[in-house]
Formats: sequence, structure tokens, C-alpha cells
Amino acid sequence: MLGSQPQTGGGKNAAAASTGRPVLSVRDLSVTFRTEEGSVSAVDSVSFDVEAGEVLAVVGESGCGKSVTAMSLGGLLPRSATVTGSVLLEGTELVGASDRQLRGIRGDDLAYIFQEPMTSLNPVFTVGRQIVEVLRLHQGVSARAAKSRAVELLTLVGIPSPARRVDEYPHQLSGGMRQRVMIAMALACGPKVLIADEPTTALDVTVQAAILDLLRDLGKRLGTAIVLITHDLGVVADIADRVVVMYAGRIVETAPTQELFDAPQHHYTTGLLGAVPTAGRRASDGRLQEIPGLVPVLTVQPDACTFAERCPAASDRCRTSRPPLAPEENPGRTVHRFACWHPAGSEEDR
Amino acid sequence: MRSYLLSRLWQSAVTLVLATIVVFLGVRALPGDPALAFAGEERDPASLAAIRAKYGFDDSLLLQYWRFVSKSLTGDLGRSTRTNIPVTDMLASALPVTIELSALALGVAIVIGVGAGVVAAVRRGRPAEWAANALALLGLSIPNFWLGLMAILYLSVATGLFPASGFVSFFEDPISNLHHLVLPAVVLGTGLAAVVMRQTRSSMLEALGADYIRTARAKGLGPQTVIGVHALRNSLVVVVTILGLQLGGLISGAVVTERIFGLPGFGKMTLDAVFQRDYPVIQGVVLVTATAYIVINFLVDLTYSLIDPRIRLAGVPS
Repeated sequence: MLGSQPQTGGGKNAAAASTGRPVLSVRDLSVTFRTEEGSVSAVDSVSFDVEAGEVLAVVGESGCGKSVTAMSLGGLLPRSATVTGSVLLEGTELVGASDRQLRGIRGDDLAYIFQEPMTSLNPVFTVGRQIVEVLRLHQGVSARAAKSRAVELLTLVGIPSPARRVDEYPHQLSGGMRQRVMIAMALACGPKVLIADEPTTALDVTVQAAILDLLRDLGKRLGTAIVLITHDLGVVADIADRVVVMYAGRIVETAPTQELFDAPQHHYTTGLLGAVPTAGRRASDGRLQEIPGLVPVLTVQPDACTFAERCPAASDRCRTSRPPLAPEENPGRTVHRFACWHPAGSEEDR
Repeated sequence: MRSYLLSRLWQSAVTLVLATIVVFLGVRALPGDPALAFAGEERDPASLAAIRAKYGFDDSLLLQYWRFVSKSLTGDLGRSTRTNIPVTDMLASALPVTIELSALALGVAIVIGVGAGVVAAVRRGRPAEWAANALALLGLSIPNFWLGLMAILYLSVATGLFPASGFVSFFEDPISNLHHLVLPAVVLGTGLAAVVMRQTRSSMLEALGADYIRTARAKGLGPQTVIGVHALRNSLVVVVTILGLQLGGLISGAVVTERIFGLPGFGKMTLDAVFQRDYPVIQGVVLVTATAYIVINFLVDLTYSLIDPRIRLAGVPS
């Protein structure tokens, strides 16, 4: 992805894939962790919807709460986490659901893909067995039927000679192949929502593109909503229909992909975009713009903009009052929301 | 898999040959003239020479070694200088006792050690872990002989729950056989159980933090499957290694335990032979022990490869 200007590709499909009814609806999701130094707020009042067949990207730096958000959706956080708010999967409330209920949903209606395909598969079981396991758990099919379904799934995700590969162990496959196996496993039960947490970060660039193509293609074909967690704006531009930008546990901006790349409003978003290298830029043109400072670790969410300390446009208002995640005052573009008192695209800044 | 097996077999064979050389030289290196030991009270030079000639002590070491090996291979390990019973016969009656005792102790160690280790890892930071850790520390610290004596004192003499000593063959009376072996097996197994517990706990903790455990949970698998299948299978490689290393300790522990509980096993035979300077018996005992080590290590390596496909398939291009 590096070295080329991100091209928004997914945004075009947004209207076509949209059904208008969200399969996953997140409202006021907050996560705090109890630690030995006191509680830490990791996610604060996050709300978003994802529709069938849609790809929603959640972007931000390390530590901005995107992975915690992803884990909290399926109840995968450790016991030290307290989750409040609401996560509705096709009308079923997941926050506060029992372990048994969540186990019935995970791997079935709500599936995950993780960053490290090297370590995310169990090294002592064949890939076939690991796919069969999820099929037998949720669909109660016979071992034989599950095995042949596993071969079909490996074919679906583009693994050559699947009938042989199904009996191989993870260490016999390449990183890209392993991630394909993870995708096959995640799609085994036809999930409504697929959460992909940095699915291509650990892969070679060429393999990345292939995996992203596969995800987008399968998502559209199977009508699976994809929540893509990433820090890579190139990946976002490649496959996302809409983007949620997170900073220090909050959503700071959300918009259709094309819109976000064309007219970013929050200074954090512009900062992220400024940190992406562009083809043709020379070293003499100056270094890539980075955002100074680090994501703060918050014990309490302050009544202020959490980005103010790193923001070039911050004023006193930003430090004393929390900007709401509000739509731009522009009819027809209400899908673009941002939490900023001095948006980058506003007249006073131009 | 086959080439792995063959290379491993070859290594075992070489080790075994080296072991026979060490055993052979070790006995020859013992201070004193073996002929004197054979002769007993006799000090007549003529009869000593006769003994030397009879047992071939005058021949070159190489020839003597060859004779030792070729005889051993046909199952002839000589005769006890005290009782004149063939060493092979003595081993045949003593070994089954020790093998049964060690197997039972191993079972005790695996069941208690792996069980407590898993509980300690899963219940990390909670009372169950503290209890398991405390038990492991006790198990490591308490010497075999003391535990054995206490067991006899409280569970045999005071309450009569178990016999204090003696042995009944399994084929004569299986129930009585097990009844006699419960205490010795538990006593012998505790130390090993403690080691296994600590190893299981630490490798389970590592496995439980692994990415594939997160994947297993994300698939909707229940805690039994996540812990008992996905995490445990990965932890077992390390546990099996430790077991293999500790099995040698089990053999020497058996010597003490058999003595305490008066079991007619390998340990008792070894001690008697050492006290009575019964060289052919010592030689046989050491040879059998060395062979046992080598066989156990071979089996441990085989077990690895059954547990971990990365070892089984090493060298096979993917």
C-alpha cells in the first residue's frame, strides 16, 4: 500500500450494497478496564451501524480503542473489562448476554479474523480440523459432511488443491494461505457480521491486496457485513464503503470513504491522511507529516476534545467543552459526522 | 515420519553401545581384584589364578568386552556371586514389580500434576492457584522416605487402610496387588507430580495467552474445549519433555520407595547387590537401567511427534 496514493474504490459500491437496515447496530458502547493503577477508559460512547454487504472501516492509531471495540462486540474482552451500552446483532442484544448465548453467536452469526495468521491458527491441528470444528459446533453436521464442506470453503477462499491442503498443518502453509484459512473458518457458518482486526497487517504487500480483494468480493457475494479494523488508510481506500475514525476511545469522524478522503473535517483525520506517503513526492519536499505526541491513556473521559493537546487548531473551547459528534450543516451530506469545534473544512480555517 | 523414526532408532542404538562400554569399564574400574571378590575367604594364589582363567580376567579388555556383549545379547548376564542365581532370572522377577510401581507412580504424577497445573493456570490469581502452588512446593520439598514413613505410620499402622509392606503378584490377586501398591505409587509419584504441575501451569499460561486461543474463543467454543483441547494439547509437548527427564529420577526414587515398603523390586535388588559387592548383579542392574533410560527417551521423542506435527513433519518439505 505504501508508495501509492490511496484510491477510494469501495465507496462506489455503498449505495448498491446498502439495504437500509443495519445488521449490526452499536449504541453508546463504552469499555473501561480495571487495572492495578485504577480504571482506564478505552472506548467512550461509540455508536455506529453496519448494513449487510457493507464494509465499515474503523481506523486510528495504536491505542485508540479500535481493537477493544472489535473484541467487545463479541464479548471477547477479559474479565477486567466493563462494557456498557448496546450492541444489537439483528435485534439480539449482545452487551450483557450470557456466556452461553455469546458462544452460540460467535463463529456463527458473528465471526472474527485476526491480525497474525501465523499464530491465530492452532499449530497442532490440521486446518481442516479447525474448520470442521466450527461447522460441527454451530451446525451440528456429521464429521464427513463437515469435512467436505471444509474443502468447499477452502476452494471458495482460493486455496489451490484444497483436498490436499485440508489435511495439512498451519506450519505447512504460507502466511497468505493461513489468512485464507482464517477467512474460510470465519465464513464457515455464513456469518451476518465479520469482524476483521488488522487482517492484512502481517502480510506482504502483494498478498495484502489479494486478501483484501477476497474479503470485499466474499462480503458482497454472501451479503456479510464487514467491520474492518485497521490503521492503514491504504486498506481503507481499497475496500471500505464507510469509515469511522477513532481517537482515544471516541469516534471523532465518520463518513463515506470517498467523502472522508475528499473533505476530512477533523484535524486528527487530516493528520492521518497527511502521514500517508504519496507517489512522486521527493525527500526534498519535506518529510511526511506526523501528528506530534501520543494517544493519551485516559482514566476518565474529560469534558473536552481529547485531541486538543495534539491539534494545530485547538482553542480554549476545545479544552473545556467536548464537541459532539454532529453532522455537518449541509443538507444531503448528513452521513458525514465529526466531533470538532473548528473543522478543517470550515470557512474560518480556509 | 519414517526417516525421523529411523534416525532416532540409530541414535538410540549408538547410545546403547556407548552405555555397554561405560558399564563394562565401570565395573572393571572398581577398586580391588574381582577374583578376590569371587574367591571369598580364599587367598590361595593358585585358586585365584584359576578363577581369573575361568572368568577370563586374564584376557584382553577387548575380548572381555566382546564376551560381555555377546553374552548379554543372548540374555546371559552371569550369575550372582552370592546366590549363584542367574542375573537374568533375578531381573525377571524384580523388574515387573518396579515397572508396575513406576507406571502407577507416573499415572499418579500425570493425573495430579496435569490436573492441578491446568487448574492453577485457569484460576490464576485465585485461591485455587495458591492451593495448587502450595501443594507443589510441599511435594517438591518433602523427601520420599519421610513421606513413605508417614504414610505407613498414619495410613497403615494407625488406621490399617493399606498394608505397610509386602507384595502380591498382579496375576495372583489383582486387587490385593493394587492395594499393596497404592501407597508406594502415591509416595513415589508426589515429587514428580509437583514438577509436572509447575510445568503444566507455566506452559498452560503461555498457551492460554496465545492467539489461537483467542481464535478458538471467537469460534464460539466452550471453555472445556478451549482449555482442554486447544491449550492443553499445545502445553503437553513441554510436559512430556519434563516427564522424560524426570523418569530417571523415578527409577532412583523407586530404589528408596521399594526399600521402605519392602517391595521385592529392582531397587531392593540393586541395594542388596551394592551392599554385598555382587558385581555381576550390579553390572546387570546398571545395564538394564541404562537401557531403560534410552528406551524411555526414545518413547518420549515418539510422543512428541504424536503431539506436535511440526516435529513429526520436520524435514518433509511443505
